[in-house]
Amino acid sequence: MTRKRTGGSLLARLQRRRTRRKASPFLIRERTLARRKHQCPFCHRHIEEGELEKNFFVCPECSHHFRLSPRERIRLLVDPDSFRETDRELTTLNPLDFPGYEEKIRRVMNITELGEAVVTGVGAIEGWEISLAVMSFQFMGGSMGSVVGEKIARAILAGVRLQLPVVVFTASGGARMQEGIFSLMQMAKTARAAGRLEEAGLPLFVVLTDPTMGGVTASFGMLGDVTLAEPGALIGFAGPRVLEGTIKEKLPDDFQRSEFLLHSGFIDRVVEREKLRSVLAFLLKAHTRPRLD
Amino acid sequence: MKKKKLQQKLQELLALAERDRIDIREEISRLREKITGDDDPAGRAWAKVLKAREPDRPTALDLIENMADSFLELHGDRAGGDDPALVGGIGLFNGEPVTFLGHQKGRNLKGNILRNYGMAHPEGYRKAHRLARQAEKFGRPVITLIDTPGAYPGIASERRGIAEAIAANLKLFSSLKVPVLTVIFGEGGSGGALGIGVGDRIFMLENAVYSVISPEGCASILLKNSDQAPAAAGLLKLTADDLLGFGIIDGIIPEPDGGAARDHPAAAAVIKEVLLRELAELRLLSPAQLIKNRSRRLAQIGSFSEPNGFLMEAAPGKWWNRLRETIVSRLPAITSPYGEQGEKETGREE
Ligand SMILES: [Zn+2]
Repeated sequence: MTRKRTGGSLLARLQRRRTRRKASPFLIRERTLARRKHQCPFCHRHIEEGELEKNFFVCPECSHHFRLSPRERIRLLVDPDSFRETDRELTTLNPLDFPGYEEKIRRVMNITELGEAVVTGVGAIEGWEISLAVMSFQFMGGSMGSVVGEKIARAILAGVRLQLPVVVFTASGGARMQEGIFSLMQMAKTARAAGRLEEAGLPLFVVLTDPTMGGVTASFGMLGDVTLAEPGALIGFAGPRVLEGTIKEKLPDDFQRSEFLLHSGFIDRVVEREKLRSVLAFLLKAHTRPRLD
Repeated sequence: MKKKKLQQKLQELLALAERDRIDIREEISRLREKITGDDDPAGRAWAKVLKAREPDRPTALDLIENMADSFLELHGDRAGGDDPALVGGIGLFNGEPVTFLGHQKGRNLKGNILRNYGMAHPEGYRKAHRLARQAEKFGRPVITLIDTPGAYPGIASERRGIAEAIAANLKLFSSLKVPVLTVIFGEGGSGGALGIGVGDRIFMLENAVYSVISPEGCASILLKNSDQAPAAAGLLKLTADDLLGFGIIDGIIPEPDGGAARDHPAAAAVIKEVLLRELAELRLLSPAQLIKNRSRRLAQIGSFSEPNGFLMEAAPGKWWNRLRETIVSRLPAITSPYGEQGEKETGREE
């Protein structure tokens, strides 16, 4: 697959986007909008039917990386037919008896055709086998409840069990409030899983995608041996609205974006979507040396 | 007895309101409900939230001073800062050295400006990280005292990586080779609390609360109205009773009559007694056993159903055949992806 570059250097395109992007960071319908209006909601470039799909769901003009469903992500990332899903039938209960929670989950399941806010399994990237977890912002904002925490922990521990590197794609608004303290504790559960992977001498590669906030950033999201991010992704702990409430003023435009985190030293690289597969393949290849212990 | 006290409080409130002409209808209805024994979980939860936030409650340093024979505070994260909102140091606890860590609120406005209302920046969590590793090196148990509305949500905090600092602590504390005892003695605010809240034994004072989000935050997001905070407090199930019921904490530490605010030494004495008892038990375990138990504890927290157990979808295909040889041959006995450390087989079903 090749991709035509238009509109100058990456930096130029990113800067252009920064000035033009003013939609809410939690906008979820950006692609529906693009499809319906046949134009990019950020730079207003005309978009042909099927053009985004051919271009890794990246706007050819402003390089906006549209959000992906886990299926699309997996299709773009792993070798054809190599992915096998695990733990698909884990379903959440309602530990706090939160009113309306079960109905909401059922409704979201129907709309998204997903079981929960993360898809896990084993697959291969350019022949390198991995345990993979891909989160979905579509499913209740990618919030981390018991099932998300458990599936992420299992995907990481499957790495320990099968001696595989682990790759995690994050996308989350934060905690699943309806699960209260159970949601909070998933941070500790997944962090411990990452610790066990480390003790086994196996690598954890994290790719932060738009958006990754709250408890997901503050647990496995920041525990990768190598941490990558897609361009322009919103990444942080407290959400922009909360921050603006504290400081009573507007935040700078690039605040909490991937490039900001790169500058402040919290991620290793910003990687464009079309290059993710080859960068991950490189990392997987570079981590196959036998262990020294 | 208790009702009599409440009646008395109601009379006092009414007199005060009369004198100062203030609107206290809400407080009065809450008290009336208590007196009549009305079942009102939200009201009770909200009362705990207010109690946990009382400015006269003991702070971490108050508790440490009252519990330890002597205490030496240590400062700095060795990466460029020291956070007064999260304190730590070495104390002699019944003659034995331990490392204390705790969120520190101020007693008044000036104190709270210095202590940032107990809301730590990354430097606080990195100081905790440093002191926990130091404790591990010298075989000292760690006692963490939690009382924070949350990690500080600010620009500087984000820029200096508050998420990374908390994440690093979760990983470190969940595999620390020395006993870790945790007491939530006021507000347990979300990730900011959990950042020093992973331990072998977790206790709450009877009027403490512990939650993934503040009732105000939950109300404004889910109920679209921050005035609904009392209702949200009920929904969040954040009291010590709730958390004990969920198996998240190990016990509830009673407070002196009228709450911990009334008598700091008495509150500290009860906490000390509980901690000494638990510490004696934990000291008998090897580091490997400690970590194993802590791992299991964390792995078991969750509420989900799993009809068929661990299942890998089987499908034909060339790659799958190769995968079967290389991976699945290592899989057969797996009913759960958890390994030898013996974590649970399936999720907790309720
Ligand atoms: Zn565009």
